[in-house]
Amino acid sequence: MRWGVVTFPGSNDDHDTLYALDRVLGEEVVSLWHKDRDLKQVDCVVLPGGFSYGDYLRCGALARFSPVMESIIQFAAAGGLVLGICNGFQVLCEAGLLPGALVRNRGLRFICQFVHLRLEDTDTPFTCRCTSGEVLTIPIKHGEGCYVADPATLDQLERNHQVVLRYVDGSGRATAEANPNGSLNNIAGIVNRQRNVFGLMPHPEHASEKIQGGEDGLKLFRSALAAYTEREHRHAASVAPGH
Amino acid sequence: MSQHTVTVTAADAAQHGLSADEYERICRSLGRAPNVTELGVLSVMWSEHCSYKSSRLLLKNLPTQGPRVLQGPGENAGAIDIGNGLAVVFKMESHNHPSFVEPYQGAATGVGGILRDIFTMGARPIANLNSLRFGAFEHPRTRYLVNGVVAGIGGYGNCIGVPTVGGEVYFDAGYNENILVNAFTLGIARADKIFRARAAGLGNPVIYVGSKTGRDGIHGASLLASAEFSAGEEEKRPTVQVGDPFTEKLLLEACLELMEQDAIVAIQDMGAAGLTSSSVEMASRGGTGIVLDLDRVPVREQGMTPYEMLLSESQERMLIVARAGREDVVRQVFAKWDLDVSVVGTVTDDGLLRVVFQGEEVARLPIALLTDDAPAYARPSVPPPDFDERQELNFDRLPLPGDYTKTLLALLDAPNIASKAWVYRQYDHLVRGNTIVAPGSDAAVLRIKGTNKAVALSVDCNSRYCSLDPYVGAMIAVVEGARNVVCAGATPLGITDCLNFGNPEKPAIMWQFAESIQGIHDACVAIGVPVVSGNVSFYNETDGRAIPPTPTIAMVGLLDEIERHTTQWFKAEGDVIVLLGRTREELGGSEYLTLTRGVVRGAPPWIDLAVEKQVQNVCMQAIVEGLVRSAHDVSDGGLAVALAECCVSAPEQRRGAMIELQGDIRPDALLFGESQSRIIVSARRQHLGRLRELARTADVPLTVLGEVRGRRLVISPLIDIEVDELWQVWSTALPRRMDGEA
Repeated sequence: MRWGVVTFPGSNDDHDTLYALDRVLGEEVVSLWHKDRDLKQVDCVVLPGGFSYGDYLRCGALARFSPVMESIIQFAAAGGLVLGICNGFQVLCEAGLLPGALVRNRGLRFICQFVHLRLEDTDTPFTCRCTSGEVLTIPIKHGEGCYVADPATLDQLERNHQVVLRYVDGSGRATAEANPNGSLNNIAGIVNRQRNVFGLMPHPEHASEKIQGGEDGLKLFRSALAAYTEREHRHAASVAPGH
Repeated sequence: MSQHTVTVTAADAAQHGLSADEYERICRSLGRAPNVTELGVLSVMWSEHCSYKSSRLLLKNLPTQGPRVLQGPGENAGAIDIGNGLAVVFKMESHNHPSFVEPYQGAATGVGGILRDIFTMGARPIANLNSLRFGAFEHPRTRYLVNGVVAGIGGYGNCIGVPTVGGEVYFDAGYNENILVNAFTLGIARADKIFRARAAGLGNPVIYVGSKTGRDGIHGASLLASAEFSAGEEEKRPTVQVGDPFTEKLLLEACLELMEQDAIVAIQDMGAAGLTSSSVEMASRGGTGIVLDLDRVPVREQGMTPYEMLLSESQERMLIVARAGREDVVRQVFAKWDLDVSVVGTVTDDGLLRVVFQGEEVARLPIALLTDDAPAYARPSVPPPDFDERQELNFDRLPLPGDYTKTLLALLDAPNIASKAWVYRQYDHLVRGNTIVAPGSDAAVLRIKGTNKAVALSVDCNSRYCSLDPYVGAMIAVVEGARNVVCAGATPLGITDCLNFGNPEKPAIMWQFAESIQGIHDACVAIGVPVVSGNVSFYNETDGRAIPPTPTIAMVGLLDEIERHTTQWFKAEGDVIVLLGRTREELGGSEYLTLTRGVVRGAPPWIDLAVEKQVQNVCMQAIVEGLVRSAHDVSDGGLAVALAECCVSAPEQRRGAMIELQGDIRPDALLFGESQSRIIVSARRQHLGRLRELARTADVPLTVLGEVRGRRLVISPLIDIEVDELWQVWSTALPRRMDGEA
């Protein structure tokens, strides 16, 4: 599987995502430049964390107009895997690839800490190797990670099982105290209707080695890898002559 | 007649902060009076901030050499070899006055400035730390300043993507009117590819890159950083620069990318005194001259005068001396990152700074006059008359507390001791993925990618000790830093210092400074670490009241094996807890004394550098042999506070301890005294024998204090309390004061 990590001006977790994919997982990964429309035949595009365009105007509001985003929107429409982490999640919302928006944290301050997340749905390429209901420990670091959407959208997200991750306490309960930023329904990550575009505020790339305090983030990358491999396998079987 | 031929008077010079003597010296050297542009240039280059005129002669005495030192003081930052072909590049700098005038931008641009000093050297910044000192919480401006400074540091560091991994936050009424913001950055460079700021090569182009020049920050160095404050300091807001971390992120990536190509001869950031100091200092180091054409300087405002362009401190700008013929390489890289590039000058061999504006030469000054020949003063130094009197502390007049548990809780609630999570939660301390020990232990630990090594970082200064005895206080700042990195499993490598003092023209302040330098010197020699970079901040006074002397020390340590990294909190039930070092009957300058009596008095804790070194050696050897599960330096609040911290500071599970204390000294001194050269270590029981052996061989006292057990901290017979209650008080002390939360 070939991964691509986009660098916008102001991206700053791009190096860490490349490191996790390349050095920790041993995956093939290329860097994608925001001015470049060429996605270099990748199988999954990652929009990394950071402050694209300084987060001026609104988080992700300028990045969505980058040339590379035109290609990514087409890629997603064709069923390609797209993962948006933190600022990447904000860009996906601004680009209309995911519903809702991310606004300033309830406490109005930037928060950097490890949080507990409950895995709500394993029927996505990014969580297929996880267990439903399992609690992951992954850090967040953001000033604008409060997920909001209108009631109808929120209702739809819940009914279609598009909520993938929720902030919970250590024992898996989605309480108000366990919600670090005021996100509606404790939402930390969602997928689109087609389930190929996933956005989350926590940073799996910063929980990919034991020495960093945990490896739970790898479960998300490994799921995408498994989903891709399976799909390729099915595809190969269906086109193989003589069957 | 052009205005550039109009010369200035002694009165103009005085307004620029130059003394009558200094002005006369300038006129004599030039053989004429300067014009207004030249006066501007001279005043910033001769300012205390740029010239170090009051400190230069003393700073020369610091030990700056060592077998691993690749670059000592005198460049943008210091550099030390860490093996594997790599070097750590680091420095600390103050941004005190700007942060008091405008806390968010002042602190933010402090971070931006020190980051540029590091990547200018070709190093990728991997860690920020800071030392923050505010006034008492009772002071009406303190909360506003804390909020602004912390948000500013986070705002800049988080956005540019360099983790803020540690530091110290200190509150004392002595900083009510002069807060301190000292920012530290460490970067990693290839040892054979360190870039310096030494102009060379007649005819080489001088290239301006980064943001456009505006009218912000003019005279930041000379008027804001080199003079005392008085009432109405907020009117100085226009002298504070405005930061843009997004542009600096682009500048950082572009510079590092350009450094991969063979195009740069010298490079320096435009910090204090902007275009002037960067060009003059590069020419001075290289023994060249430089000619600047101001019509080529990218500006964001119309009608700027040469004076304004030369003195602007607009942020996120760099000056590069490139190889002739490689200009296009520079242009290409910076165009990729959408940054301005302009060739603004040329390296010459006439030893002059010449400035051209609209085709006319508007300044012509010898480089030497601006740098090496700038004044250096051996200012008078006299100890304060109450020095001996303040050292006296009559123990008979100090009643013992009735309830030691309550006293411990009150200490854990004191802002200087309480958890600083409220602060560091606002800093991205994880970006770049190297953070092995996050803020909240004695030292932060970061791995060095591509090796099995790590660095440990700590910033320290107890300014109460320094105010009682600056010599002893400065020594303790150095050895405590070393002790902190040793507790993390690292060998001390070197330090950078940030020396914050009042007005050096006052003999009592100069005495504090001289004593501190001597203390740093003696401690560095004893521990065997060099000073590789640093910064002096004088004039931290308002209406004649100076801050406590504050020589902040940032210590950098190296772990040859990353697996050795050690944290301060207890790890497992049943582990034995031992104390390395000796507890004396001391309370001078302690947090306990300030809390219970409201005074800073007495002699600061006794320090014997040879003993200190031995204690650190034993701890280090024990860590190397794998005997240690936790190690924690005993400092502010003494043994009881240190034990409580071992119980409650773990990010995961809090643990209790059963301790029996014996000693023939006063119980409050036993529990809360701040005797130096002590480390609390926890270990598996089977390792106690070997620990004793190590201690005995080194002649270091070792006391078995007790064991890790249960959910209470029991220090019999004086203290007995639930660990959760300790944690509750310790962790909510700052949020309660800042946000009014429980």
